[in-house]
Amino acid sequence: MVIVQNIVCPICGCACDDIEATVEGNKIVKVKNSCSISASKFLNFWKERNLSSLIRKNGELAPTSLEEAVEKTAEILVNAEYPLVYGFALSGCEAQAVGVELAEEIGGVIDNQTVTCHGPSALGLHDVGMPGCTLGEVRHRADLIVYWGSNFQEAHPRHLARYSALSEGRFRKGRKDRKVVVIDVRKTPSARVADLFIPIAPGQDYELMSALRMALNNDEIEEESVAGLPVDKIEELAEMLRSCQFGILFYGLGLTMSRGKERNIDQAVSLVCDLNKWTKFVIMPMRGHYNVTGMNEVTAWQTGYPYAVDFSHGYPWYNPGETTSIDILRRGECDAALIVASDPLAHFPKEVGQNLCKIPFAVIDPHMSMTALAADVVMPCAFTGIEAEGSAYRMDTVPLPLKKVIESPPGILSDEELVGMILKRVKSKRRR
Amino acid sequence: MKALLLTGRSLKQGIGKEVGKVTEKYKESVAMCEIHPKDVEELGIKDGENVSITTKFGSVVVKSVSSQNIAEPGIIFIPYGPYASMLVDYDTCSTGMPTLKGIVAEVKPAPSERILDVKELVKYLGR
Amino acid sequence: MELLIKNGVVYDPKNGIDGEVMDVAIRDKKVVDRVDESKAYVIDASNKLIMPGGVDLHSHIAGPKCNIGRMLRPEDHYKDVEPRTQVKRSGVGYSVPSSFTIGYRYAILGYTTVFEPANPPLKMLHCHHEFRDIPILDKGCFVMFGNNWFVMEYLRDNKLDECAAYVAWTLDATKGYAIKIVDPGCVEAWKWGDVEFLDILWGRPEEIDEPVPRFGVTSREIVRGLCKVNKLLNLPHPIHVHANGLGTPGNYQTTIDTMDCVKDLAEEDRPAIHMTHVQFNGYAGSDWITIRSGAHEIMKYVNANKHVTIDLGQVIFTDTTTMTGDGPFEYKLHLLTKNKWTNADVESEEGAGLVPIHYKKSNFVHATMWTIGLELALLAKDPWRIFMTTDHPNGGPFTHYPRAITWLMSKEARKRTLDKISKRARSRSDLDNMDREYSFYEIAIATRAANARILGLKDKGHLGVGADADVAIYDINPREVDQSRDYKKVRKALSKAAFTIKEGEIVVKDGDIVKSIEGRTYWVKPNLPSDLMNAITSDLTKKFRDYYTVEMENFKIHDRFVTRSTPMPTYYG
Repeated sequence: MVIVQNIVCPICGCACDDIEATVEGNKIVKVKNSCSISASKFLNFWKERNLSSLIRKNGELAPTSLEEAVEKTAEILVNAEYPLVYGFALSGCEAQAVGVELAEEIGGVIDNQTVTCHGPSALGLHDVGMPGCTLGEVRHRADLIVYWGSNFQEAHPRHLARYSALSEGRFRKGRKDRKVVVIDVRKTPSARVADLFIPIAPGQDYELMSALRMALNNDEIEEESVAGLPVDKIEELAEMLRSCQFGILFYGLGLTMSRGKERNIDQAVSLVCDLNKWTKFVIMPMRGHYNVTGMNEVTAWQTGYPYAVDFSHGYPWYNPGETTSIDILRRGECDAALIVASDPLAHFPKEVGQNLCKIPFAVIDPHMSMTALAADVVMPCAFTGIEAEGSAYRMDTVPLPLKKVIESPPGILSDEELVGMILKRVKSKRRR
Repeated sequence: MKALLLTGRSLKQGIGKEVGKVTEKYKESVAMCEIHPKDVEELGIKDGENVSITTKFGSVVVKSVSSQNIAEPGIIFIPYGPYASMLVDYDTCSTGMPTLKGIVAEVKPAPSERILDVKELVKYLGR
Repeated sequence: MELLIKNGVVYDPKNGIDGEVMDVAIRDKKVVDRVDESKAYVIDASNKLIMPGGVDLHSHIAGPKCNIGRMLRPEDHYKDVEPRTQVKRSGVGYSVPSSFTIGYRYAILGYTTVFEPANPPLKMLHCHHEFRDIPILDKGCFVMFGNNWFVMEYLRDNKLDECAAYVAWTLDATKGYAIKIVDPGCVEAWKWGDVEFLDILWGRPEEIDEPVPRFGVTSREIVRGLCKVNKLLNLPHPIHVHANGLGTPGNYQTTIDTMDCVKDLAEEDRPAIHMTHVQFNGYAGSDWITIRSGAHEIMKYVNANKHVTIDLGQVIFTDTTTMTGDGPFEYKLHLLTKNKWTNADVESEEGAGLVPIHYKKSNFVHATMWTIGLELALLAKDPWRIFMTTDHPNGGPFTHYPRAITWLMSKEARKRTLDKISKRARSRSDLDNMDREYSFYEIAIATRAANARILGLKDKGHLGVGADADVAIYDINPREVDQSRDYKKVRKALSKAAFTIKEGEIVVKDGDIVKSIEGRTYWVKPNLPSDLMNAITSDLTKKFRDYYTVEMENFKIHDRFVTRSTPMPTYYG
């Protein structure tokens, strides 16, 4: 029996790095410090697992050799005019880097899950910036914590305890030293832990933030209520934001996925910039997958842009709305794809998924998924952070090393190795 | 009944996806729709009975769950996953981001209709 | 492989070679006495300028704030793209280029070694990640300590040895190269948005004797303490200081105070402090209307005091991105320009901020900044203690180095620009009266030899036997060209090296990349007496838990993340 400590949890953007696993034989039998999602992963990941490469023959997926799977994938990609390489939010940065190189080699598009989560945050950053900090700053200093459109209790179960209201910092000793405000359209489990829950009408976040900025700047709000909130309540909230010592606005997909999208982020950032005239205020997106932030970082330092990078000109080109995977699939321009460690078919709007089903594509994933079931080629890979080393970026861009806790099953390679094999195969085919 | 559809993460969906995306546990966690108790009453269904949800973009059958999470009548919630994706708006309005929250939907009781499994949904999408 | 560079006009200031026609022989990555001409690859360098490969000691090329810059500014990249070739990965510029592009563009300028000057310890892995993707160049990274809780507490409690042990442990754990100090103490105050302490509303530069709120230690004590630590650890590079009050009229006095505060700590002919991007810290006057150059005052001090070295932070008239560990300064700049703003405070240690800026000739303040950088250089008596930088990308992208160099080399080039700048700035500047023109020899000092020396890189910045075979060959004859009149020719030649040789391999030919190789990562590995390390271990372990949101094990950077890891051992005491 071996106890492995300080494992970085490969689930959500919290990337808690204090997970402790008890390993017996080559199996994790117990975990400590895990949330329920994390425990579910560490204790169940090996169940329901596909351990064979699959290839579609006569309409059905059938087992094949890894060599044939790699060969077929390379063939699909090389023969395509405008291929898509998608995913990597659950991969290590090392695999992500190989993914970018593959997309460049085949003159395709590299994109990741950001497209359906915090793409609007990237656009907001381009427009107005993003004054932020690391999570430890919140732990030590924050006396006002606002969660807007974020159901952290279900999406980031340890966020409150480890990094925000319940954590014990240098200048704040715990929950009693802090105020938590939750603003949401649903009364989620997160709303129930707040000191103040503000329910608002769906799709009216932008209006409410505008009203808050008006209240802060002593402008008269002519409406009697905004987003379902009476004006005097808005003014009260503005006063609360202004009078804290250190405030943070954590925002979730409630802002990015709703009406307004990147304009909501512009407005949220502008609100925070305004607040700095009175106090210290920062903002942070609640990133979902544990290394979606890393994929943005890797793509940015290699190409200049955080996602949706198009190499079809031979150099990186970026124009969300044009080069984003949702749009190129929707327009039917994409003619092949490699999907790595993600399940777009389950998460893209139906029309987009239907178009993906019309083109040849390969999937690298440790699990079978809806996307894998529909693929032409499936290559199983190791679980990065459990069966393979790597590195990842937490939601606040703090980089962390990923551990190999146990061995992967015989013959199961990491996604980094698999994408590398495909790249090598593609290069030799193109040279011919 | 007319309603506004929200999608999002849920704890069960989070746990379910780690068990496996083609497992019953995952299906249970995502093939469901949270409805305000008053709306459950208005629909004249029993909590847990199947409902069909239809939007401009598609239609899907899921299990109803009467939920206090829903702040007020007229709002419904389906966790991210294959079922919610059948209903959401693909148009990104040139931002790259489809609209995944706040979509007008029609909810109907569908006690006799069956919830498709993931394999059937794949077929439905064209494979 | 053997290489023979024949008949070039060689400038190798470290070895006293001032434009002699001679050969440079290379074998196995090193400069050697001679090679067998019949077997070696021969480059005919007659009528060409030869210098050691360029060494840049201060250029923001990697790490978290560079990447924020890239993400903040897609508009910076659209107009400047690099397609993929047989040997090159694709990429983009301009002021915040992608990583591959940084390596190629530096190599094309004839540079082979570049140091990243400011990363917070907690995010050092990010810097090493990006280093992996910057080809050709040898690199190293300075680690910020000037607002670090451990450092401030040890210094407040007069625990110098413990402070030294902590710094040594951190440099080793994060694979860093030197102690960087940014706006000491003030970034901690900024983390509370303490605009009063920072004098943000009045726009006065911070003074160095105000105690940092809640920590009770002053900027002076931080700088002095870390200077002593630097000495105790025998680090190859002196403390590298971004002084308080950057970008604020009147700050030249703070700069002088900061230099002077370690004067008594200096040893004979070993600089004790490097003041960086002094242009940004060299303003006289009391507001944006009365601002004028403080270069005379600063250079009077620098020329008289051998314990100081400085680099310029020269401004280029262009659209660029400011990025610094100095979070409060960037907030001030955001208020001033209304441009988009990012801030990145890092728990228990440092911070950062970014704001885009467009330096315009017609803008009185920008033009004044431009004159200050050049005045500093032209007033310097000892070229070995002043280095040419633009504080890339803060003053302008490094790709403009040839332009900055010709301003130093040609009065005519300066006049051409002076004719176009704000008349008010010109009339308040002394630049029109300065006749000095840097020689090729002095340029070789300010862009290579002196940089390598102050970094403690004995095998860099020269071409003596045993030196690293990093060589730049430019297509211009320095003995014939009239550098003053034909400055454009000089600029053109320096912009695209005829050859750049890195570790004996030809990586650039005719201004284009022909081969891409991996560069080294330098870092220091201080050796501590074990009793000293043991003395702080339990304190460190406990405080680490209290201060950080990551585990100590995950803070330490494993060797597998360090590209061509090249540790430099140093010894305590």
